[in-house]
Amino acid sequence: MLELRNVQTYYGNIKALKGIDITVNAGEIITLIGANGAGKSTTLMSICGIVPPREGSIRFKERELRGMDTDRIVGFGISQVPEGRHIFPHLTVRENLDMGAFLRRDKAEISRDIEYVYELFPILAERRNQAGGTLSGGEQQMLAISRALMARPTLLLLDEPSLGLAPLIVQQIFEIISQINRENGTTIFLVEQNAFQALKVANRGYVMETGTITMTDTAENLLNNEDVKRAYLGV
Amino acid sequence: MNFEYFFRLFFSGLTRGSIYALLALGYTMVYGIIKLINFAHGEIYMIGAFTALIVAGALSLTGMPALAILVLASVVALVYSSMYGYTVEKIAYKPLRQAPRLSALIVAIGMSMFLQNYLLLAQTSNFLPFPDLLPEFSLPESWGGMVNGPQFLIFVTTAIIMVALTLLIKFTRMGKSMRATSQDKVMAALLGINVNRIISYTFIIGSFTAALGGILISSYTGQINYFIGFLAGIKAFVAAVLGGIGSIPGAVLGSIVLGMAESFAAGYISSVYEDVFAFVILVLILIFKPSGLLGKPEVQKV
Repeated sequence: MLELRNVQTYYGNIKALKGIDITVNAGEIITLIGANGAGKSTTLMSICGIVPPREGSIRFKERELRGMDTDRIVGFGISQVPEGRHIFPHLTVRENLDMGAFLRRDKAEISRDIEYVYELFPILAERRNQAGGTLSGGEQQMLAISRALMARPTLLLLDEPSLGLAPLIVQQIFEIISQINRENGTTIFLVEQNAFQALKVANRGYVMETGTITMTDTAENLLNNEDVKRAYLGV
Repeated sequence: MNFEYFFRLFFSGLTRGSIYALLALGYTMVYGIIKLINFAHGEIYMIGAFTALIVAGALSLTGMPALAILVLASVVALVYSSMYGYTVEKIAYKPLRQAPRLSALIVAIGMSMFLQNYLLLAQTSNFLPFPDLLPEFSLPESWGGMVNGPQFLIFVTTAIIMVALTLLIKFTRMGKSMRATSQDKVMAALLGINVNRIISYTFIIGSFTAALGGILISSYTGQINYFIGFLAGIKAFVAAVLGGIGSIPGAVLGSIVLGMAESFAAGYISSVYEDVFAFVILVLILIFKPSGLLGKPEVQKV
């Protein structure tokens, strides 16, 4: 479904992605793990055209995305939950969700989806008229995921959804991620530093170090790999 | 205390305030979206007035009724000035979107000087008489002497524009995407909003209201030259800062407060220092409440 080939992305003269190859098949959960500054977020920002790659190709459903504007790329069914959540602080919870459905016109279906995310995260229903900026970190993460779902994406990109959250909430977020994948068939590309949790929900994983992919395998094999264990699982 | 004098100053302040508000909206909306003080904004106001003058001059040769001339000249001037604002953004500011904010600010000042001098060369440095296009109509006897027809027309027009704009920003798809873009551009793009288009809309709306202010005030005062945009622009900027830059209700409130303050200060203290009061207010607000009357401190969670 999504194929990155030899993707090279720069910030000024600094080469952040040194030619990476990643394949995501329809219906999978794949995870990209690695340390801080390895280039994980840059990978997602390259896919969405926020930081356009200088070389290589990014194909999504047989379309070349490189060089396209972000709003067009998003229109093909790719949603991203960026790192740091990026909630609109002065819009209400409900307005944030409405913005998620910006490209859709099917009003009746949109209100059904709003009910659906309220079921996934009942706390959002309670807070629907509150400004996004007043929510707690965990609630903001729930809102960010819900807002991305409002676009009915075929591919959902999640950047560090567990960052800075209490362990109980992290558990809940990961459960919802696999639920979204199971129930809606949404393909998920999960970027995480919490390698253990990520590999537990994923089918396959990629390991990234300073702008290159150093390893790829099934999630199970990566969980049992000695190098991965030492470097990322803290065992 | 002389009430008639008081109310005359009050309405004159309200008239000024309305014009500042039409201009301040553009400053505050553009700042809200791209964090740029568009110093060329006052020039769009002046260009609006000039265009209306030229079109009205041409139309008056045809012997049309004054009201028809007013409407036609205004429509042409509003469309022309909106396109001007759009074009200025595309040529001067868009290429600097990623540059440091100071560079864009300096370009804005340069653009302001360029447009003034362009008009100076293309037209004249003299004051030109502006035709008296606003319909004269008599207001009820009891208002007599305190407020006149053209002033009344200026408040009403401004009030209509403010209400329309508030509805647009609050409830339409375009308005919501403008608010979202002003709060977080990257996220807006990730949701499929075309950020460049939103920025263009902002410049078009701001230029439209600025040009409307230019036309209204010129037909009220009866004369224009290439320099009128400068002082009006700076004062509207003060009004936007006073209200809290980035806040639309703040821009309106700041403008009314500034217009009133100037009018009362000129009427009760001295009209010689009329222009000084605006800047005294600017200094005071920057010292005591830099976020402005309605400016919101950033709400942010990490």
